Amino acid sequence: MKHFELVVIGGGSAGLAAAVSAYDNGVSNILILERDKELGGILQQCIHNGFGVHTFKEELSGPGFAERFIDLVNKKHISYKLNAMVIHLNDDKILEYVSPEEGYVVIQAGAIVLAMGCRERTRGAIAVPGYRPSGVWSAGTAQRYLNMEGFMVGKKIFILGSGDIGLIMARRLTLEGAEVKGVAEIMPYSNGLPRNIKQCLEDFDIPLFLSHTITKIDGLDRVSGVTIAQVDGSMQPIEGTEKTFDVDTVLFSIGLIPENALSEEANIDMDPKTRGPKVDESYQTSLRGVFACGNVLHVHDLVDFVAEEGTKAGVAAAKYINEKLKSGSIINTIPKEGIGYIVPQRIQAINCDKTVELMFRVRKQYKNVELVIKRDDEVLRVIKKKHLAPAEMEKVILKASDVAECQHSLSIEVVEVAA
Amino acid sequence: MKKVEMICIVCPMSCRLVIDVDDAGAVQSVAGNSCNRGDIYARKELTNPTRMLTSTVKISGAIYDRLPVITSSDIPKGMMFEVMKALANIEVVAPVKANDIIIENVCNLGINIIASRSMEQVH
Ligand SMILES: Cc1cc2nc3c(=O)[nH]c(=O)nc-3n(C[C@H](O)[C@H](O)[C@H](O)COP(=O)(O)OP(=O)(O)OC[C@H]3O[C@@H](n4cnc5c(N)ncnc54)[C@H](O)[C@@H]3O)c2cc1C
Ligand code: SF4
Repeated sequence: MKHFELVVIGGGSAGLAAAVSAYDNGVSNILILERDKELGGILQQCIHNGFGVHTFKEELSGPGFAERFIDLVNKKHISYKLNAMVIHLNDDKILEYVSPEEGYVVIQAGAIVLAMGCRERTRGAIAVPGYRPSGVWSAGTAQRYLNMEGFMVGKKIFILGSGDIGLIMARRLTLEGAEVKGVAEIMPYSNGLPRNIKQCLEDFDIPLFLSHTITKIDGLDRVSGVTIAQVDGSMQPIEGTEKTFDVDTVLFSIGLIPENALSEEANIDMDPKTRGPKVDESYQTSLRGVFACGNVLHVHDLVDFVAEEGTKAGVAAAKYINEKLKSGSIINTIPKEGIGYIVPQRIQAINCDKTVELMFRVRKQYKNVELVIKRDDEVLRVIKKKHLAPAEMEKVILKASDVAECQHSLSIEVVEVAA
Repeated sequence: MKKVEMICIVCPMSCRLVIDVDDAGAVQSVAGNSCNRGDIYARKELTNPTRMLTSTVKISGAIYDRLPVITSSDIPKGMMFEVMKALANIEVVAPVKANDIIIENVCNLGINIIASRSMEQVH
C-alpha cells in the first residue's frame, strides 16, 4: 500500500489552499484527490466576478480565482490526481479511490484534509405537489450546464429559493435572453447576499416574493406553469393568495449541504447544526490527524474565508505531521440565544498562537443588537451590531491570552438592546 | 444635505454604505465601507452606475465548450445587453491564457472583453 504524508480529498479552493500551505510548512509528500476532470471545484462554474477582493486585492471571476491556486500547486509540484473519486475512508486513515487510469487503489495517509465541498439540496428535500415533468433543475446544475457546457435550461423561468446560486442564475439567464418571472422565498428575508439581491434581481426588475412558496408545478412531460402562495407564520400556504406563472423551467436554490458521506463512514463526530465535522482550533476533527476546511465543514459565502480556512488547516496538518500539534484541555464553544452554530466547536488553548477566530451564523435577522461573548459565565466582550442576518457569516477574533484563562466554555449570544 | 443608504456590491462582504449628498447632488462623504472600493462604488452608483459583466463565449479544442470572459473594467449598466449581443457570435480556439483579449474595444466602450481563465488545448 502506497503511503502519503498528507492526502487532501477534494481539489476546490479549500483543498488547494490546504495543500499549498502544508507544502509551505515543510510537508512534501502530498497527494490531492479530485473526482472532477480538473482542479478548482465549484469555482469553475461561478463565472461571475467578486472573488478574491480580499485575498488577491483584485476582482476576479471564480475560474480566475481558482487559477491562482492551481498555478501555485503546479509551481510547487504538488501531485494531484484527477477523475479520482474517494469512495471509502476508515478511521485508520486508509483511503480507497477509483479512477479510469488506475482502477481501484488503496492508500495510507499520515494525515488527511477533508475538503469535499457541499452539494445542493434537491427538490426531494422539500415535497412539491405535481407530476415530475422535465424542466425542474437545481440552480447549480443549471449553472454548470450553462457556464461550462453551453446549454440553456429554459426560456421562461421561475426560481424557488433566494440562495445566492439562484440569484446569480436569475441574472445570468436574463442576460442570455431568458425571461425570469420571479423568485419565491419562504422566509420573510432573503437567504442570499444583499449584493446579489441588488445586482441580480433589482438591476433587472425581477420580483422577489418573500414569505412565498411554490404550491404546484404544472405539466406532464415538460413544466408548463407554476403556482406560488404566501405562507403564514407556520410556513403554511394561505388560501386565496395563489399566483400562477407561465414558465417552462423551475430552478431550486434552497440551500447547500456539506458533503460528508466519507466523514460519517470514518465515524467522525458531526455537528448536527453545520452538518459538517466538529473541529477544534486547528480544524482537526474528532479523528486525530484528520482536518476539515471549506464547505465540507460549514457552508461559506466568501471564497476568501474558504481559502483562509484551508490555509490554516494545511498549517495544522503540517504541525501534526511534524509532531508539533499538542493536545490540551478542551474549551467548548456554545451557541446561545440567536446563534445557529459556532466553528470551531472546541478549542485547545495550547495550540493558539496569537488569536482565536470564531465563525458563526445567527438564526434570524436582527437590527441594532449586541453580540455578547462570555468566557465561562463572565462577559468577555460586547460587540454592537447594526444588522445581523443568517445569510452573512460573522466572525469574532479573540486574543489567545484571553482564551487561555477560560475554564470550560466560551459562548456567544444575541442580546436585544432597549432603544 | 441628505443621506442615501445603499449596499456595496463590489464584493460579497456587502457593506452597508451611508452617503451624504449635498443639495446640488454631489457626494460629500461615504461611510460604512470596509475598503476604498466601496467609496468609489458609491460615488459612481449615484452618478453613472456601472457593472462588471461576465459571460462565456464558444471555444473549441478545450476541456469544455465555453470560455468564461469578463469585461476588463466596469461598463455603464445600460450597456450590458449590447455587450452580450457582441459576445454571441464570438468563437475562439484553445489554447487561451487568462487575460487574453477576446474582443478589443467592445461596443466602442473603450474596454476589452478578456478571458477570465486559461484553457489549454486538449486532444
Ligand atoms: C454557486 C456559488 C456561488 C458562489 N459565489 C461566490 C462569490 O461570488 N464570491 C465568493 O467569494 N464566494 C462565492 N461562493 C463561495 C465559495 O466560492 C465556495 O464556498 C468555495 O469555492 C468552496 O470551496 P470548497 O473547496 O470548500 O468546495 P468545492 O469548490 O466544492 O470543492 C470540493 C471539491 O471536492 C471534490 N470532491 C468531493 N467529494 C470527493 C470525493 N469523494 N473524492 C474526490 N473529490 C471529491 C469536488 O469534486 C470538488 O472539486 C459561491 C459558492 C457557490 C456554490
Ligand atoms: S466596501 Fe470593500 S469590503 Fe465592503 S463590500 Fe465594498 S468592496 Fe467589499
